Amino acid sequence: MGQFIQQLINGLTLGAVYGLIALGYTMVYGIIGMINFAHGDIYMVAAIIAVTVLTLLGALGISAVPLAILITLAVVIFFTAIYGWSVERVAYRPLRKASRLAPLISAIGMSIFLQNMVQLTQGARVKPIHAMMPGGFELFTHDGFSVHLAYTQIMIISVTIILLAVFSYLITRTSFGRQQRACEQDQTMTALLGINVDRTISYTFMLGAALAAVAGVMVTVYYGVVDFSIGFVAGIKAFTAAVLGGIGSLPGAMLGGLIIGMIESFWSAYLSPEYKDVATFGILILVLMFRPSGLLGRPEVEKV
Amino acid sequence: MTTTPMLQYSGVHAHYGAIHALRGVDLNVQKGEIVTLIGANGAGKSTLMMSLFGKPAASAGKIAFQGNDITRVPTHDISRQGIALVPEGRRIFPRMTVLENLQMGSTFADPAHFDADTRRVFDMFPILEQRQLQRAGTLSGGEQQMLAIGRALMGRPQLLLLDEPSLGLAPLYIKQVFRIIRELNERDGMTILLVEQNAHHALNVAHRGYVLQHGEIVLTGTGKELLASPEVRAAYLEGSAQAHG
Ligand SMILES: Nc1ncnc2c1ncn2[C@@H]1O[C@H](COP(=O)(O)OP(=O)(O)O)[C@@H](O)[C@H]1O
Ligand SMILES: [Mg+2]
Repeated sequence: MGQFIQQLINGLTLGAVYGLIALGYTMVYGIIGMINFAHGDIYMVAAIIAVTVLTLLGALGISAVPLAILITLAVVIFFTAIYGWSVERVAYRPLRKASRLAPLISAIGMSIFLQNMVQLTQGARVKPIHAMMPGGFELFTHDGFSVHLAYTQIMIISVTIILLAVFSYLITRTSFGRQQRACEQDQTMTALLGINVDRTISYTFMLGAALAAVAGVMVTVYYGVVDFSIGFVAGIKAFTAAVLGGIGSLPGAMLGGLIIGMIESFWSAYLSPEYKDVATFGILILVLMFRPSGLLGRPEVEKV
Repeated sequence: MTTTPMLQYSGVHAHYGAIHALRGVDLNVQKGEIVTLIGANGAGKSTLMMSLFGKPAASAGKIAFQGNDITRVPTHDISRQGIALVPEGRRIFPRMTVLENLQMGSTFADPAHFDADTRRVFDMFPILEQRQLQRAGTLSGGEQQMLAIGRALMGRPQLLLLDEPSLGLAPLYIKQVFRIIRELNERDGMTILLVEQNAHHALNVAHRGYVLQHGEIVLTGTGKELLASPEVRAAYLEGSAQAHG
């Protein structure tokens, strides 16, 4: 029982992170019908920038943890959004009218480029930061197993909830959100109504990158170590989450993230921690085989 | 006609790859007019309207709006000049509500006008008011057409382009659409370019008309002249007029 609750908490935390990254995949797919394979690396870049900023803030003597995290979030979101914008400009926009394979290859190229850039400039070794928010609550003890809720977990879950509230307001209630959804449904008509479609696509990449940036900062604070390779595995898991939820569906991405987080957490605890990644990939294969439209996706395929 | 036309096509050509869809079109629409463009399927009517928005862009020739050359203006800057299109096939946003579709039409309009403009659309098409929170994709064809017209009106265009607004509609709706075209023109002074398969109705409502054939204007005149013209009668009116009542 104690073990179960503990894995629920851990899974929720992981799921929040995967969900935030998955939103970026699903938004980009929704608007241009492409999987942005560099998105996981955008998340990795965010985590690396977060380490740099946090270290810098430590050196400057800014020790109040909430302040340091807020500043870090702002700086990381800003730079990561620029990365997101650049990826679209460099890897996608020139290929908008090319065959579907071309942007896929250029996205993979972009992913390799980002990993190598970080490896060259930051080194290949893991970058640690000192624990910023150690400790937490001991919720209860049952059969000798004590259930913990770490401060970092509270931070991740509450930041995610706030962010989702703001994000869904932006998409469902604002003029920008309507323009974004209109582009997903009919780009030509959207342009006829006076909306700059290219700019809306750029903003979509930036928004997806910003969400991944928040995930990157939180993971950095949570685990305390990052390196140039974390984008690949996290990216594939978040991609699986997006596909499981139904690619193109925003609630689906979040739901998929939570499910993947839970599965990973329970799998590690009850089956084998070594094979937790296999579980995710297994799900990806099963979903693609039996329900490619995902849990909340539209069954009809609109863009082939 | 000494004043600058509201819309003027001069020798406009347009291509889809190797297909030469417009072959040197000359056409003008004066302020306050209803002008109709008739022609068989595939004559290039939709292309002519879309080329105003650069989709496809004119490969030669010039398109001017109120005297300004807009041939190379980006698509998204055209509507802001005061031009709105009700495109072929309606192209409403199916996964948005009726109200959101109208909001899309007023993206660049003065927000202070929004309430009055939705009111006007709802008075024109009461069914849209009842359905305002429903997803537009669930509307009937006729209702979607009304929504497409309403969306176009939300931007308070000076020039309204309608591409086959009566296509696939029940006779009752067709009557209503033509009544509204006349009302917009007479009451609001809106300039209208109308593409129709239903040549009989179109020529009745229009001040002037053009006949397009294989991407070329082959005939022009007042609505009455064209209605009386033997070529038009033979090609576009025989049989169809009665069928559409
Ligand atoms: N998107 C397109 N791609 C290629 N050819 C097109 C496209 N749209 C129209 N055409 C061709 O251009 C010509 C004119 O079409 P269109 O303007 O749609 O005619 P109309 O509206 O009078 O029926 C036709 O030969 C048609 O097949
Ligand atoms: Mg047509």
